[in-house]
Amino acid sequence: MGLFDRHAGLLEAYRDVRTTGYDPFQIRMERVLSPTEAIINGRKMLLVGTNNYFGLTFDPSCMEAAIEAIRAEGTGTTGSRIANGSYSEHVALEQEIAEFYGKKHCMVFTTGYQANLGLISTLAGEGDQLLIDADSHASIYDACKMTQAEVVRFKHNDPSSLDARLRRLGDRPGNRVVVLEGIYSMLGDSAPLREFIDVCKKYGAYVIVDEAHSLGALGDNGRGLCESTGVIDDCHFIVGTFSKTLGAIGGYCVSDDPDFDILRVTVRSYMFTASLPPSIVASVRQALKVVKAKPELRTQLWSNVSTLYEGLAAKGFKLGPEHGPVVGVHLPDPMTAIGFWRAMLDAGIYVNVAIPPATPNGVSLLRCSVCAVHTKEQLEHMIEVMTGIGRQLGVLDDRTLRVVGGAR
Amino acid sequence: MKHGVTICHFTRDHCFWHKVTAHPRALESVLRTAHQMIVETDGMTDTLERARVSGQSRGEVIREICRHLVPFQTGERPITGDTVIAKDLTIDSLAIMDMVMELEDHFDISIPMNVVAEIHTVDQLADTIQKLCARR
Ligand SMILES: Cc1ncc(COP(=O)(O)O)c(C=O)c1O
Repeated sequence: MGLFDRHAGLLEAYRDVRTTGYDPFQIRMERVLSPTEAIINGRKMLLVGTNNYFGLTFDPSCMEAAIEAIRAEGTGTTGSRIANGSYSEHVALEQEIAEFYGKKHCMVFTTGYQANLGLISTLAGEGDQLLIDADSHASIYDACKMTQAEVVRFKHNDPSSLDARLRRLGDRPGNRVVVLEGIYSMLGDSAPLREFIDVCKKYGAYVIVDEAHSLGALGDNGRGLCESTGVIDDCHFIVGTFSKTLGAIGGYCVSDDPDFDILRVTVRSYMFTASLPPSIVASVRQALKVVKAKPELRTQLWSNVSTLYEGLAAKGFKLGPEHGPVVGVHLPDPMTAIGFWRAMLDAGIYVNVAIPPATPNGVSLLRCSVCAVHTKEQLEHMIEVMTGIGRQLGVLDDRTLRVVGGAR
Repeated sequence: MKHGVTICHFTRDHCFWHKVTAHPRALESVLRTAHQMIVETDGMTDTLERARVSGQSRGEVIREICRHLVPFQTGERPITGDTVIAKDLTIDSLAIMDMVMELEDHFDISIPMNVVAEIHTVDQLADTIQKLCARR
């Protein structure tokens, strides 16, 4: 058997995808012009699939902070925190994030993926039980492959399903560790966090919440779902990323656990990879200040979400279950999704296409992510374009026109 | 003395049931070679290798597994105890994990992901479920 034989099925599917002319997984952004526009295939495109929720990638104050930091401290750290030491900016960033959440400790990672991978696989060890939502992000699933703990999935966003699994453990020894996400990245739905927390308390389980897509977007101060549902104190570990709302790259975890710092010498994805470069640390610190200083960005984001979600729903598209910075548009099958995606690219709009096996329940989606700095005109144009394509492809017909998707 | 088993033969659209009566020895060999599912027995199960455990007869367990797998059947090939779930059927790994979640709730057990990873055939899945039911 050849090395690639086991991927034969995937190769075939991938070939099908590419017959549409573009490869959705290898789009070249020839030039990025702003948080909402880039040149792709020589044409200016509207970007509605980049997780750039606050549009901070081009925030002048964040850019200046990064440039300043490069001049002062160079381009990279060339090693990990345990080998090359922590720059004072790393420590300052950790203090600022801890303060932002009102938690005692914070650890910064080089990506959010590494934060989840390392923390989850280390926190839940041999003899423990790890319980994860069925729709968890790949970084959480990969942590499950690394952990020595027993792993059980519960039904997506279903506290009673978690309850049943914790109950079945009875009085077996071991720590129970539950992993949840604030906003789920494919359909933009958020977890019933308070209900989940009640179940976890009932069984004495530890809770890890990944706020990757909800940082900035939810809560009066932008701390995420843990803030908007009033359960920050009940979340033992809150994880997040700098790669979305904060417009850079990196991951973090905050906690009140007095022994938290032991993780710095046990979590391998922290110990054995280079730390964030000074420019990133500086832009993230500034971005966090912007998030705190400009709550109007959050208001604008939700207003844009409303424009896109309600606009598409009114046209008859079947959408994710609730408003969220990610708007998932259901399509009947992978080929339609890819055809739709390609037609949108032809019309000058870039979104993400998500097809099985990357999606829950085998659904095919166009995944749109809304930005606070999208203009109403941009989004209305997008709704118009999608409606036209939807009619051409037979996704919107008289029947689907009556089925207005989603709640609210 | 003769015993009977009810055998269910699954295809994509139908399942055929028929009763077989024979001496236990003969029956055992029928069961081993049959490309069918044994869904019910008339009380001679104890003599067979896979006995009724903790109120979950093998028949009930297999029937429940097959209920989930039939939509993924390829062609007319029946689902048997030897069917390799990820290979002989059109089910993908995510759908397998979702099926496991449904089975967990049906039988009120939990099957850890690392245990699922070691399961290949329908028989192995049924073994695991019966074992966990017995421990319940
Ligand atoms: C829920 C969730 N967690 C973690 C990550 C990983 O974040 P990062 O881009 O920082 O590795 C992502 C991003 O894809 C995500 O969606």
